Amino acid sequence: MELALLVNLLAAGVRSGTPILFATIGEIFSERAGVLNLGVEGMMLMGAMTAYGVAYGTGNPWLGVLAAMGIGGLLALLHAFVTVTLRADQVVSGLALTFLGTGLSAVLGAPLVEIRSAPRLPNFRIPFLADIPVLGPIFFDHNVVVYIGFLLIPLAWFYIYRTRPGLELRALGEYPAAADTLGINVIRQRYFYVILGGALAGLAGASLSLAITPLWVEGMTAGAGWIAVGLVIFAGWDPVRGAMGAYLFGAIRRLPLDAQNLTFFLKNPTLGYFMNMLPYLFTIIVLVISSREAMRRRAGAPAALGVPYVREERGA
Amino acid sequence: MTAQSRPRTSRIRFERVQEQPRWLMFVSPIILIGAALLVGALLLSLTGANPWFVYQRMAQAAFGDRYGWSDTTIKATPLILAGLGVSIAFRMRLWNIGAEGQLYIGAFCATGVALHLFSPETPAWLMLTAMAIAGFLGGAFWGFIPGVLKAKLNVNEIITTLMLNYVAIFWNNYFIYGPWSERGFGLTPQFPRNAWLPRFTDFGAAVPSFRGLTMHAGIFLALIVALILWVVWRRTKWGFEVSIIGDNPQAARYAGVNLARKIMIVMALSGGLAGLAGMAEVSGVVHRLQERFSPGYGFTAIIVAWLAKLNPLALIVVAYLFAGLLVGGDVIQPAGIAQLLQGVILFVVVGGEMMLRYRIRIERS
Repeated sequence: MELALLVNLLAAGVRSGTPILFATIGEIFSERAGVLNLGVEGMMLMGAMTAYGVAYGTGNPWLGVLAAMGIGGLLALLHAFVTVTLRADQVVSGLALTFLGTGLSAVLGAPLVEIRSAPRLPNFRIPFLADIPVLGPIFFDHNVVVYIGFLLIPLAWFYIYRTRPGLELRALGEYPAAADTLGINVIRQRYFYVILGGALAGLAGASLSLAITPLWVEGMTAGAGWIAVGLVIFAGWDPVRGAMGAYLFGAIRRLPLDAQNLTFFLKNPTLGYFMNMLPYLFTIIVLVISSREAMRRRAGAPAALGVPYVREERGA
Repeated sequence: MTAQSRPRTSRIRFERVQEQPRWLMFVSPIILIGAALLVGALLLSLTGANPWFVYQRMAQAAFGDRYGWSDTTIKATPLILAGLGVSIAFRMRLWNIGAEGQLYIGAFCATGVALHLFSPETPAWLMLTAMAIAGFLGGAFWGFIPGVLKAKLNVNEIITTLMLNYVAIFWNNYFIYGPWSERGFGLTPQFPRNAWLPRFTDFGAAVPSFRGLTMHAGIFLALIVALILWVVWRRTKWGFEVSIIGDNPQAARYAGVNLARKIMIVMALSGGLAGLAGMAEVSGVVHRLQERFSPGYGFTAIIVAWLAKLNPLALIVVAYLFAGLLVGGDVIQPAGIAQLLQGVILFVVVGGEMMLRYRIRIERS
């Protein structure tokens, strides 16, 4: 009985952690390249709204996913232009992006709130694997976006740590001047990774509105984008740790819903308010732990994170 | 020089303009807000609305007559207080994004005083003073937490302040649906009359033109705080130190400034003013604690503070502008247009300001 409940919770965690996973990995790419993008929440909301609208309009949820990635990338392009080319403050530009995305998605998405019939991304039960006790229902009986998430984790890890472009990416964030000397086009590559991060945030939004909680309401991400930004720090800019964090947070976010079946919960409904605080409190705790760790190991953010790259003109 | 040293094919470059003419500093905000409204108009027409009509309705509602001005003042009050709050932190380059939560906790503490701590017969001056102090302290505590974490453990304050917003709102919800609730609805009972900040309309008998104006004394509090801060930044050693730390923390450390201590104090003060905004809102406008009593004042305050370049007096003007945007946003559909315009304005101004510092050059190899 309790095992069933736990399996249920973990499966729900993997499911609802998937949007956070996409957003986290996207932000890892952006920050690895040296650009902090606090617009994740706004890009996710625009992605969720666009995906839902396009899926409803065309009848094809995959077109919705593509459109969401496009709009996420487009918003990120705006951030890249303002911070990489114009060298404005990354914090302020990212905040502006979140305001813009939140407001724009609410305005443009207003007619979509009534619609409850947009096509969804399909569920897929993986034959045989799903029948494994415990692990089967946790990992192999989900919506397809969850499996896309599974694939993305090793891909991102391999790309960052085991490929030539991944090496260049790390150099971009640590020591852009050296990367420049090696013939890497710092500006162009930063643009690329910021846009990639935005596309993944868009995908995160799409996975939310077309699969995990299939509908559109304004502000539906409820801080998931911000949690992703926090998780990047917890993850130490590593996609595998980021994934673990995302699934853990997925489970914590689901806790108030799943705990409603427990008997002690039924006796004390106000507990729900405190359960709802958990993901946010947990983000803070996780940050405290990871910054202590970072202080001890002297390992932390990419050295050039937040610093615009200026190629020094000689003699100037 | 770059052109000679690294020949490339034809491309567009942005070059920093070293000397900015003085007149541009004054004209540029006006140009940029105009440009932002144009971009906003473009986005509005995407939604099928007539942007000209929308803007006209909004301006009419916000600044058309004295009732409009009164409504705008009501919304400007928390924006000024919370905006001043976040600007204290921003001066030191501490990103307090948690004004919304600090505002909620301030309102919560003020409500506790009005409904549970003090008897309803308490004289108004004492009641209101106690509520203001409680509101300030509540907000200060909520800002102090991320301050300590930043000062002692170097925890990123952007995320912690933001996460505490959600915690504060759930905390409030627990009380307004639970122990403090009026019959299980998401609100508390109404405050006793002497816990209400005096409103202009309360003096309608003496001054007839005040009749129906619901703006309250909180605006004076906000203006006084703005003046105090203006003096603090210009005239005091403390204000000077905070600004120096913002510009160059290394230099400040060498000069013997206790950085950790300053971070904690600044974050607490910053949160305290947002808490005061929350107190003014429940005591002056809603007269009870209820769900979502703030339409995101704490977030708008961030934009306000930034656009005012952290100058307390400029902040008043910008806060009125954004309050007008909120009042105007209430009379038009769909909801969210105000928020959309806020985002556009911030974006265009931040990007545009940098743009004005650059010259676009097309280079050929």
